[in-house]
Amino acid sequence: MGVVSQAAAAPRVKELTRPPTSLWADAWRRLLRNKAAVLGLVIIVLILLVAIFADDSVVAVFTGRDPQPLLAPRHFAKQSLENNNAIPYWLTHVFPTLKPVGVEGGYAKINDTYILGADYNGRDLLSRIIYGTRVSIAVAIVGPLVSLVVGVSVGIVAGYAGGRTDNLIMRFVDIMYGFPDLLFIILLMALFRSTTSAAEAGTLRAVLTGVDNAMGGMFFIFVGIGVTAWMSMSRLTRGQILSLKQKEFIEAARAVGARDGRIIWRHIVPNILGPIVVAQTLNIPQYISTEAFLSFIGLGVQRPTPSWGSMIADGASAIRTYPNQAIFPALALAAVMFAFNFLGDGLRDALDPRLKGTD
Amino acid sequence: MGRYIARRLLWLLVVIFSVSLITFAIAHAVPGGPFSREKKLPPAVLKQLNEKYRLDDPLWKQYVDYMGGIFIPRITQGEPITSYLEDYLINIPLGEYTLRWMNFGPSYKSQSRTVNDVFRENLPVSAELGLYAFLVASLIGIPLGIVAALKQNTLVDYLAMAIAIFGVSVPVIVLGPILIWLFAIRIPIFLPTGWGSLRAEVLPSIALGLGSSAIIARLTRASLLQVIREDYIRTARAKGLMERVVIIRHALRNSLIPVVTVMGPIFAFLVTGTFVTETIFGVPGMGRYFVTSITNRDYPVIMGTILLFAVVIVIANLVVDLLYAWLDPRIRYD
Repeated sequence: MGVVSQAAAAPRVKELTRPPTSLWADAWRRLLRNKAAVLGLVIIVLILLVAIFADDSVVAVFTGRDPQPLLAPRHFAKQSLENNNAIPYWLTHVFPTLKPVGVEGGYAKINDTYILGADYNGRDLLSRIIYGTRVSIAVAIVGPLVSLVVGVSVGIVAGYAGGRTDNLIMRFVDIMYGFPDLLFIILLMALFRSTTSAAEAGTLRAVLTGVDNAMGGMFFIFVGIGVTAWMSMSRLTRGQILSLKQKEFIEAARAVGARDGRIIWRHIVPNILGPIVVAQTLNIPQYISTEAFLSFIGLGVQRPTPSWGSMIADGASAIRTYPNQAIFPALALAAVMFAFNFLGDGLRDALDPRLKGTD
Repeated sequence: MGRYIARRLLWLLVVIFSVSLITFAIAHAVPGGPFSREKKLPPAVLKQLNEKYRLDDPLWKQYVDYMGGIFIPRITQGEPITSYLEDYLINIPLGEYTLRWMNFGPSYKSQSRTVNDVFRENLPVSAELGLYAFLVASLIGIPLGIVAALKQNTLVDYLAMAIAIFGVSVPVIVLGPILIWLFAIRIPIFLPTGWGSLRAEVLPSIALGLGSSAIIARLTRASLLQVIREDYIRTARAKGLMERVVIIRHALRNSLIPVVTVMGPIFAFLVTGTFVTETIFGVPGMGRYFVTSITNRDYPVIMGTILLFAVVIVIANLVVDLLYAWLDPRIRYD
């Protein structure tokens, strides 16, 4: 949908009197009127702040000392074995099956300094959830970038070149769609992770592994997401380009002698940005849950870096006795997913008001 | 139509072949063989094991042998003999001969069992779970979407869409622990783990199916809303048909066409994506077996599972395309 057709589709007499605004300014105004989307945006900004200020590494990077916990009460890896599985007293009201020592059939240690309780190693759950925002936020930012770069460029090439190239690329996309997603990403992670130990110094493998270790295991997660998530993006991009290619303004640009690169960047990309941004925002929850799933089965973020997925895995095995250990990270994960879904829905309505109320 | 199906089936073979090649390449790129352990096996034992499973053959030969075992049917005389190298998933008796097909080879890890043993034991459970989840998804999703569309912009609509956005936002690893705590521990109506009884099967089916039900509900609503605005619905009303007839006969039938197109991928996704659910609810399906076989580099199990699931996905998509043409006579394939 070109900028031109967008304006023509809603010719309201009243709006003609106000100064012309760009598509994006218009969209932003509409977005701010959507309460759910604003709520989502606020939650995302809050979580982003929590992720940045979980500890004072923003400052520590410049002073050169080890970062100290800032928002988090403790460091995520700090153990206190005498406090393993400890719970604060208020949790016994929330989870009536969780009985403190002293009552009949009671087993849980009470320690009110752990606001959400401690895990089986005596590590503070709240602190680990706070540090865990870093992994989810990183995936929420890098996941779309990876699938954008790969998916959109493949889509542009296929759609713009057309003919045999297009056919070949799209057949390959079809083949990739034949893979069971989860199994394929598990297989990929197994490949990446197992090379970690076997890599010889100086090889590409060793460099990649080094990068991955420096990022706490995040690098390979990004690669895994990139490999499995680009296909839908490239299909979307290709479809958009195929319909744009027929438009008169592209023909006009070509008539005045614009080169392919210029046509793509100045005329095509700005016009397909809307649907792509919407699709990516709606995909973010999927990336976040992919990371959580990988960490859940032990192929994701390396321990002891906390990920909500691995926390849920640990907690799920103790759900009868200490439900708090699985439920709280699960709620955190749900909150982020909600926020991105609200924002994505809002963005779609804002960027294409004609769709509003139909989906 | 016949030519279209033939072409699609041919393409299906190409996809399966490519998937198998890529999977084989990745699985064998993982360093270390299936028998490299922390404590090294004696060289003589290792040599014998490699010989037994023909791991010393060049890779291309291993691949060709493997694919041949699966795809080339064999006819044998007399009672079928099953050994760790010869175990066929499909055995059709033809008088004194037996037609045997799909030998997925031995499992390296559990050395007395074949991949087909693993499939026979675990696959039905996974398939059942996926199927139940699919039922949950359709039986909740379609009615919810219809109600929301018919009562557009009322409380019912908002409530239905709130349920839908909840379903989309909450993945199995979130829903699983919460469902277990609420309905198996706090109020013990259902069992937290296991399989084989209704009380054990309800929670995992809901946990897996709810997310997809939300997708179906949103799509059903959107599609029905679009159809209701069409001219032929106005015509139907104008000629005095009862509202019920207008909705059921004219609107609903057409609005479900796009819904059917997502049902295929959703079905494939549910049947092949039962892993997390199985781990959380302790369901003895393919899921946990697949993850351990990856860490054990049990190539035949990895290959077999991915291939089998790829077939499910490709066939589900084919069926949807055919259904699409059948439901909407305007669509023609040729």
